[in-house]
Amino acid sequence: MNSTPKGPVNPDMAADLIRQSARVLAEAIKSGEVSAREVTQAHLDRIGAVDERVHAFLHVDTDAALAHADRVDVKRAAGEQLGDLAGVPLALKDILAMKGVPTTCGSKILQGWLPPYDSTIVERLRAADIIILGKTNMDEFAMGSSTEYSAYGPSHNPWDLNRIPGGSGGGSAAAVAAFEAPLAIGTDTGGSIRQPAALTGTVGVKPTYGSVSRYGLVALASSLDQAGPCARTVLDAAYLHSVIAGHDPHDSTSINAAVPDVVAAAMKADVRGLRIGLVKQLSGAGYQPGVLQRFNEAVDVLAQLGAEIVEVDCPHFDEAMSAYYLILPSECSSNLARFDGMRYGLRVQDGGDAGVETVMADTREMGFGPEVKRRIMLGTYALSSGYYDAYYGQAQKIRTLIIEDFTRAFGQVDVLVSPTTPTTAFPLGEKVDDPLAMYLNDIATIPVNLAGNCALSLPIGLSPADGLPVGLQVMAPTMADDRLYLVGAALESALFDRWGHLLIEEAPAL
Amino acid sequence: MSSAHNHVTTTVSFDEALTRYDPVIGLEVHVELGTASKMFCACSTEFGAPPNTQVCPVCLALPGAMPVINAKAVESIIRMGLALHCSIATWCRMARKNYFYPDMPKNFQISQYDEPICTDGWLDVLVPNEDGSTELVRVEIERVHLEEDTGKLTHAGGATGRIHGADYSLVDYNRAGIPLVEIVTKPITGTAALAPAVAKAYVAELRDIMRDLGVSDVKMEEGSLRCDANLSLNIPGDAWGTRTETKNVNSLRSVERAVRSEIERQAAVLDKGGVIRQETRHFHEDTGVTTPGRSKEEAEDYRYFPEPDLVPIAPDPAWVEKLRASIPQQPSLRRAGLATAWGISAFDMESLVNAGVLALVEAAVADGVAPDTARKWWAGELLRQANDRGVPPQELAVTGADILRVDELIATGALNDQLARQVFDGVLLGEGSVDDVVAARGLGVVTDETELLAAIDQALADQPEVAEKIRAGKIAAAGAIVGGVMKATRGRADASRVRELILSRCEVSG
Repeated sequence: MNSTPKGPVNPDMAADLIRQSARVLAEAIKSGEVSAREVTQAHLDRIGAVDERVHAFLHVDTDAALAHADRVDVKRAAGEQLGDLAGVPLALKDILAMKGVPTTCGSKILQGWLPPYDSTIVERLRAADIIILGKTNMDEFAMGSSTEYSAYGPSHNPWDLNRIPGGSGGGSAAAVAAFEAPLAIGTDTGGSIRQPAALTGTVGVKPTYGSVSRYGLVALASSLDQAGPCARTVLDAAYLHSVIAGHDPHDSTSINAAVPDVVAAAMKADVRGLRIGLVKQLSGAGYQPGVLQRFNEAVDVLAQLGAEIVEVDCPHFDEAMSAYYLILPSECSSNLARFDGMRYGLRVQDGGDAGVETVMADTREMGFGPEVKRRIMLGTYALSSGYYDAYYGQAQKIRTLIIEDFTRAFGQVDVLVSPTTPTTAFPLGEKVDDPLAMYLNDIATIPVNLAGNCALSLPIGLSPADGLPVGLQVMAPTMADDRLYLVGAALESALFDRWGHLLIEEAPAL
Repeated sequence: MSSAHNHVTTTVSFDEALTRYDPVIGLEVHVELGTASKMFCACSTEFGAPPNTQVCPVCLALPGAMPVINAKAVESIIRMGLALHCSIATWCRMARKNYFYPDMPKNFQISQYDEPICTDGWLDVLVPNEDGSTELVRVEIERVHLEEDTGKLTHAGGATGRIHGADYSLVDYNRAGIPLVEIVTKPITGTAALAPAVAKAYVAELRDIMRDLGVSDVKMEEGSLRCDANLSLNIPGDAWGTRTETKNVNSLRSVERAVRSEIERQAAVLDKGGVIRQETRHFHEDTGVTTPGRSKEEAEDYRYFPEPDLVPIAPDPAWVEKLRASIPQQPSLRRAGLATAWGISAFDMESLVNAGVLALVEAAVADGVAPDTARKWWAGELLRQANDRGVPPQELAVTGADILRVDELIATGALNDQLARQVFDGVLLGEGSVDDVVAARGLGVVTDETELLAAIDQALADQPEVAEKIRAGKIAAAGAIVGGVMKATRGRADASRVRELILSRCEVSG
């Protein structure tokens, strides 16, 4: 089988540039069929037309985007070699530093801060001539699963504007789902790329920890954070993955090894003979029947494609949520200590008689939202002398046990699969005052962050209960990211054949 | 008011204090490493640059910036640990020490907690007794660990120069992130009256070791070596008393004085039945006493946890062994050996060290110059020449061969000390070899006695009243005539021969 995933075929491309895949756009720019400027302008127009309702963007960098697009066109005219995604627009999560462009992390405390430096990801995107349209909305400092904790108001799910697009990277996923950008960058600490992808009918990947540089990614939980691609097709995600991944001397946790050939894997799209494990713990109670129905159908498709399906036991996954909500707050309480009003961003009580401690405390009181404060307090407590062993220490032990669960599982199978989320997108406001219910959104995505391996979410249909997208998560061992694409692209291709289009094409017009 | 706050009016002399109490000292020494770049970024560590000119996203803790460990700093601390006979960890981690203070950009310091890189060492120090003899005291080392320095605060306004009460404070982050090594002793007991001298000798020995290793410029006045002295007193046979930690000890002399004055202060408090508070105290160079700083009764909770942005330090054992082989012999022991070999006193050795010419004397001796000769020239005339020229003595272009040749010429009577000075001056001015300068300047000792006698007669005629005194038997008066002859011959005469000739000329016997 060599079924290359298909993008929508549109005879009048220029009329519908925004609905093309990144790869189709890149080829059209390379061949001169369209200019990078036309492509960028089309997406800026789309943002202008729909983003008031979607609110995917916090900042649109119109002039710089068009200027970069022009440079790509000049390069092409001069006969210079163009990269695989040259001239393709992209939406960047507002947690990545970009020189001279507002970077707020969805927080009031960073309002007005203009980074004097580029994150490594931004450098790589620029070097690949990918056009950065702007910065996308997110839960404050990436804490949340709905974007409702953004200090700048929530994003809306393009499938139903009254529902959340997931989070924390809801802005990136919504931008891709609303055809405001064919590509986006998200960051995933506990599911912040995959959960929004699942809820918006798009593709999202959390690469292996250490394979994409974190330099310039404002840290939430350093040992869990990982940036990754968002797209509408698995192949597009693979191309973007290969642009951003690779060793970076500025990030000492960066892995100095060759990045697996994810593009080749996405093109191969073959699961014949592959052993695929169903994780017993990531199913059943708490998962909506509609989600489970689509998941089971997708597993049947994988079996039909020639994969061997095996049930796998990962007993410590049940403890993942508890461990995660000790490790993340602990690291975050320390990482966010630097936001004190002394050097950048918000400062309250400035110029008065207030002493330094008052200025710091009041700035943090005014600058941070409730979820950020909640986690800083949890983490401060968990790290306290006398509690460290009982909380942080125990959580690290669970983390080791989860790594061992994965190791054992990958001794039996090549990849694991599960529903990405237990539910489809929920209405805005439903869980914003119920942190525990909100946290449960990430129950299936968290184990991978704790273990540091990789996972991909792709759309597998609409839940019969509410007509909203359902995502399937593929999990692979550390530095075997290519397997995600092998399986993801094969399933995507089979579903495409069944439906005659990508799922996202079924989204309502905005 | 507690008794510890009572103004101590009774004073107890140092000697008296030691009749009733045993001191226990503990020393924490911070050494700024002399690496070209900072601990976690590429910024320069040069001292004295304008404020905030040696900073970058990493050492300013801009959102998203990440630390990368300085390999040279790791090498330096391992060499220090080896010189202090420590065990070197095969695997250890940096840790975050969390506390809020405006001189610390991240509001945590990257340090080491329960996994220091060097542990369990010792250092033998030679401590001078009052009678001039020396005693070898072994100081046990608890740990040597790596951390980063903080920025420097300047408090403007207010009476105390401290942050409380200041009108405003300025922060210079040039120092933030400079690699710092902390060397902590185990409690040093049984030193009794030697305690202040042991403290001083230990810090001096550490300074010499660091200088010898080339890991730091160890300038106490610039803060690249800082010492905190812990001290407690107990009645002999009782458990150790409560300790205080004295900071701001900025010279070797202050180390000794601070320990001495704190022994006296604590003894006075204890004599009155008071209690010693566990607190930080500040030493004042001007008054030689300590005053209380912040109380440590409620120990600050630093919420240490392993630094997740850095990978563990795991030095290759073979590399460590290679470093071990390159560690020079401990300076004081090497010096003691040299002093014995050269037949000089500890006092003479110390003056060579203080003059900064020990290495030059060693080099000259290695070139075959007799130790006394090498010492005489380097500690005398050559050092003076260096001072006159305003250069460090090691920059003088004088070789062991030059000293050897001058020494030979003196031994044969062809030169005297005064002429030799002129020879060295010529050599230093680039007039050629020793023999070239002697020839060109005509610096040979006058051996022709007719010439000397002529000069003597002239001098006697010039100073008839002196000549009369000599003839009357006042032999001591001959010095003035010798001076005249030396002047007339431009120092080219042998003074003792001239003296003999004067006496025989005046017909008196010496």
